Amino acid sequence: MTAQTLPDLAGHFGRYGGRFVPEALIKALDELDAAYRSAKNDPEFQARFQDLLLNYAGVPSLLYRATRLSEALGAEILLKREDLNHTGAHKVRNVLGQALLAKRMGKPRVIAETGAGQHGVASATAAALLDLECTVYMGEMDTERQALNVARMRMLGATVVPVTNGSRTLKDALNEALRDWVTTVDTTHYLLGTAAGPHPFPELVRDFVGGIGVEARAQCLELIGKLPDAVAACVGGGSNAIGIFHAFVPDSSVRLYGFEAGGDGVETGRHAASITGGSVGVLHGNRTYLLQDDDGQTIESHSISAGLDYPGVGPEHAWLNDTGRASYEPVTDAEAMAAFQLLCRTEGIIPAIESAHALAGAAKIAPRLREELGRTPTIVVNLSGRGDKDVHTAGAYFGILDPVETVVPGENT
Amino acid sequence: MSIAETFAKAKSENRSVLVGCMPAGFPTVDHSIEQMIAMHEAGCDVIEVELPYSDPVMDGPVIQKASDIALANGVRTRDTLKIIDAVSNAGATVVLMTYWNPIEKYGVDAFARDLAAAGATGLITPDLIPDEAQEWIAASDKHQIDRTFLVAPSSTDERLAMTVANCRGFVYATALMGVTGARTSVSSQAPELVARVRKADPAMPVGVGLGVGTGKQAAEVAAFADGVIVGSALIRCVLEAPDRATGLDRLRALSAELAEGVRSRV
Repeated sequence: MTAQTLPDLAGHFGRYGGRFVPEALIKALDELDAAYRSAKNDPEFQARFQDLLLNYAGVPSLLYRATRLSEALGAEILLKREDLNHTGAHKVRNVLGQALLAKRMGKPRVIAETGAGQHGVASATAAALLDLECTVYMGEMDTERQALNVARMRMLGATVVPVTNGSRTLKDALNEALRDWVTTVDTTHYLLGTAAGPHPFPELVRDFVGGIGVEARAQCLELIGKLPDAVAACVGGGSNAIGIFHAFVPDSSVRLYGFEAGGDGVETGRHAASITGGSVGVLHGNRTYLLQDDDGQTIESHSISAGLDYPGVGPEHAWLNDTGRASYEPVTDAEAMAAFQLLCRTEGIIPAIESAHALAGAAKIAPRLREELGRTPTIVVNLSGRGDKDVHTAGAYFGILDPVETVVPGENT
Repeated sequence: MSIAETFAKAKSENRSVLVGCMPAGFPTVDHSIEQMIAMHEAGCDVIEVELPYSDPVMDGPVIQKASDIALANGVRTRDTLKIIDAVSNAGATVVLMTYWNPIEKYGVDAFARDLAAAGATGLITPDLIPDEAQEWIAASDKHQIDRTFLVAPSSTDERLAMTVANCRGFVYATALMGVTGARTSVSSQAPELVARVRKADPAMPVGVGLGVGTGKQAAEVAAFADGVIVGSALIRCVLEAPDRATGLDRLRALSAELAEGVRSRV
């Protein structure tokens, strides 16, 4: 088996992936799988998808040679500027693809789960554009912390449902979306926000965001005449990372690095590093690495970055980890915030705190690669999103907000 | 009594089997044992112990809340096994319902072994489909645990036949497209689903769950199904009671009402 032919027909990446959901959803997943396979081979669907990406979302995003950051890190850093896409992140690729698929299946309604609200806003955007009804499930804790994104979704015409059970965060929003779906599956498509969940979601989300890597590979060859030495991305659920990795998997000279949210440090237990600090199990419809206690109960994750604050990870990452094709390492909140500040000051770009984890990871591997290669390494970093949404969190973290406002660091994630 | 014997006995009495569900450790380990024994004594033929799980995607608000309470009070997987042991020792036929991850974490073969040793006769797996169940099928064969998979109104004929073929004991028919929780009326999709299961395997007992909460509804379902599965309505007796004694009284009263229902078959 090679990465390009995975998953198998039942959605397995080695021992990972698959379908661990109530039987009631299997027919819908089979229909989605069939619809996706036919859309994949339909030139008209692909043309419509590419047209929306090009003329609506602003894709392909730039591959930018970050000269001053490169000097600071001692490596040639090329930034894949997904932060410049419409709605400010790579996620627009996935939601446009899935919303088109919903239309194709004749489903008038989409539902989505969201943590900080980025996937919810992206889903509401695609739903507005394609005239779909949209309901977004969001943990009550998050609706309170991210009132602006709740307002954005409502402006775009979506219904936002605060989820009040469990830990009232992203994982509970996902549970609630699955409960909605099992009840409304005839008329509703579940627009899942990351490359995880039951088959075919990990595969189809990967394919919809896979343009990131295809573009970056071609842009890199054009810009520097060769492939990079390494590709770095942050990993929560893992959609931006699988999106940029996938095209590079056959290029054995290109090292792939996924940086998980180390929170306060993996050793403290307060983190969201499923691969480096978790163990194998089943959560949200697939077998993968997750944060769990000795009884298999899910443990709540912690990260300053809401987008990485999830106790599981997509199954393809679990497989890439076990085969050794990609390496996963944790990056702490503090390391990520230092990289956040560095990019602001050297390049005039405010990154999403998620993406700052990839930058911090690049800073960590730069000296190792330099030593190993005996020259300056070239690292493509997926700048998966922009930091506008994080200004409050970062401002509080750095203590640069108006002093009359008292905000506890991390409370705004 | 085994599941097969329980269903055969009910059939000989021209009635349906009443399956009553209660989360382990809700609100505490001892109280849940007391509740399950009360349900057994008041007429539940089978006690379905639900292992509380942090992410119960198939369950509605009542079971979620009860599970959260049990977990907050510190219930562990080994407590669930202890509870099963106590309730089966009291003479009840016990099956366990659990999401898959706690079993995978425990170790599939070890769990089947310990479940059998505790006296459970079967396992219901709401998020494990036969397609992913090779390891469970082997372990449950080895340790003689009955396997109950779910079928749904959306199941294709092909999947339904495959699922029923992998069940032993009884098959769980989810009466409607949705999550657990009492409804005001019995699902119109349920009779057809039961008929489809019978067509796939006339000998396999069918239990119908989701949405049943009163004796009248139990009688309606008993008219076409071999088993009637009730969870949320029973749990609510305890959840909403002003004190413990009232909760147990209500639990006994509802169990008796449901037991009468499965004997009326209207």
